[in-house]
Amino acid sequence: MTDYKILSRTTTIKNALGMHARPAAMIAKLALNATAAIWIGDGENRADASSIIDMLSLGCPKGYEVTLEAENEADMPILDSIKDIIDKGFGENLDG
Amino acid sequence: MDDSESSQRVILGISGSPGICIGKAYVVEREGVDIIKRYFIPEDRIQPEINRFKSAVKKAKDEHAAIIESLNDDLSSQLNILETHMVLFKDKMLYGKTIETIEKEQVNAEWALKKVSLKVKTMFQKLDDPYLQSRVTDIVQVSEQVMRHLVGAQDIKIAEINKRVILVAHDLSPADASQIQLERIKGFVTDRGGRDSHTGIIAKSLAIPSVLGLGNVTQFVANDDIIVVDGSSGMIIINPDEDTLFKYEDRRARYEEYRAGLARESHLPAVTLDGKRLSLMANIELVEEVVSVRDNGADGIGLFRTEFLYLDLKRFPTEEELFEKYKELVELVTPRCVTIRTLDINGDKVLPYSDTIEEANPALGMRAVRFCLSRPEIFMTQIKAILRAAAFGNIKLLIPMISCVEEIIEVKKIIDDAVWALEEEEKIFNSDIPLGIMIEVPSAVIMAEELGHYVDFFSIGTNDLIQYSMAIDRRNRQVSHLNQPLNPAVIRLIRMIMDAAHRTGVKVVMCGEMAGDPVNLPVLMGLGLKELSMNPGSIPVVKQMIRKINSTDTKNLVDEILKMGKVADITDLVKTRYKDILPLGESDEHQ
Repeated sequence: MTDYKILSRTTTIKNALGMHARPAAMIAKLALNATAAIWIGDGENRADASSIIDMLSLGCPKGYEVTLEAENEADMPILDSIKDIIDKGFGENLDG
Repeated sequence: MDDSESSQRVILGISGSPGICIGKAYVVEREGVDIIKRYFIPEDRIQPEINRFKSAVKKAKDEHAAIIESLNDDLSSQLNILETHMVLFKDKMLYGKTIETIEKEQVNAEWALKKVSLKVKTMFQKLDDPYLQSRVTDIVQVSEQVMRHLVGAQDIKIAEINKRVILVAHDLSPADASQIQLERIKGFVTDRGGRDSHTGIIAKSLAIPSVLGLGNVTQFVANDDIIVVDGSSGMIIINPDEDTLFKYEDRRARYEEYRAGLARESHLPAVTLDGKRLSLMANIELVEEVVSVRDNGADGIGLFRTEFLYLDLKRFPTEEELFEKYKELVELVTPRCVTIRTLDINGDKVLPYSDTIEEANPALGMRAVRFCLSRPEIFMTQIKAILRAAAFGNIKLLIPMISCVEEIIEVKKIIDDAVWALEEEEKIFNSDIPLGIMIEVPSAVIMAEELGHYVDFFSIGTNDLIQYSMAIDRRNRQVSHLNQPLNPAVIRLIRMIMDAAHRTGVKVVMCGEMAGDPVNLPVLMGLGLKELSMNPGSIPVVKQMIRKINSTDTKNLVDEILKMGKVADITDLVKTRYKDILPLGESDEHQ
């Protein structure tokens, strides 16, 4: 904790429906492979990215800026792939 | 009504899928979850208790995995939900927290799970997003599934029901629905669910009479109670008295006769009372659908969407692959015609392997012909395949999303190049086929007369035409009330197209969803449309209606409509004037 490195990525929710159950499940599947915790925050609160329920409790709609944080540098590739699926709108419709 | 001596009970709900059925109730109970006992676990029994919970989760997951495995194709839309449930089973907030509660509070697994799931549930109900609130169902379904394994409650195996019954359930999860055997279940009714819920979608895809959102019907109905399900008006009658039963038997028989009549007459031509003949064709996407094209009496294929083959492969298909598919289709449908629409991609369908350009607004972006013109080699491959298949039957070529004259000129140049290349390669082909464009962008309507000089036919794509002219995103539920086929603006646009086509001697067909809805039929006929293409399943109903219409009357109807400014007035007028011939379920005979 003392020499805390900033291991984070920031992006915006792009799909029309926001982060509902299916996208959260997609993120959780990735985060479950991490060696340490991965967090996803909306500026006010942060949720455990390996828990669908925790992420849903953030209630991120389209246009929300979210910050992804890793606790272990080794998990950065996972962080990047999560950012990637968010950027691709979880393969969903982006309009609305 | 006269409930003095009968225990008959009428409950109103929401129509799931039309039709009437009468039968014995089979109540799918999900009890046991609410009557959970709490007891303490001594320290040395904590680990075994946690293991008992883990094993219940594993059993529930295994059972769930088996359902996903056995899912048939028509229910594959539910796969997403089921796969989300798979991840939810082990969610920290549910799984981890339950184990933690067993440890910390030294309570039994059932109590811990109930406490945790209740907490999650309340947390979600506090959110102001209604969409997320409704997601509570997912969490409830998953925890109930685990709970059933914990308390050892016998799970109702819907798949094992062996008599013809009407299912009565609190709600049907996608997992339940995928187990329904249509030959066993006459219909179903549920406490929960609305038109757009999972259950509503399930009801539509199963196409058996159903009523949803009945509140607490599971509490009023006992196993083997006789119930009448009137899916058309969204009503059920529990323990009907003799008169009611008699009335509904009659109504059911009439409905079935009506459906059977439709099927019988579907092969006869669609001719109006005054002898005008219309051509009804089918919209399809797969060669396999040819069977339903034939069964429903289509006069040909008015729209063959070609995206499927592109989406199915992990790469762009070759000319040979496309040619084989088109040839197969054409040979099956000959002598009737097949209208092949070239690739309409990047709007609502995206090719995963194509280097997609980030677009904020794909519906207004590089879609359909715009994409094809930017990748002429891909377009040329498809055109060559179509021209080659045209040597084996009756093909029309249709280009989507044309928005200006330059585009059609460019398309024609590529067709010329394709012809030249095929000649070089000494392939057998036929380039003497009708060329048409989709009229689905307002600019194409305005320029229809100019465009008409370059093509043989117009195909009106109402879904996109409405989307672009009303400026509504078709998938944005907040503006879905503006998706109005009978909006006066839409009607005027269609009239402009018809006028332009008339002046240039171009044929017109309509292939959007508007064409398949009986309510729109008199208006479309009045506007002068003679060729309609729709989902194969809609053809029999529309055909039957055409036989009861006088085409001169529809001209007068349109004259009146063109003086109206409000969509509601137009809809009312059509519904009132044609109430006697609108199909059952459309005109509400129960009011």
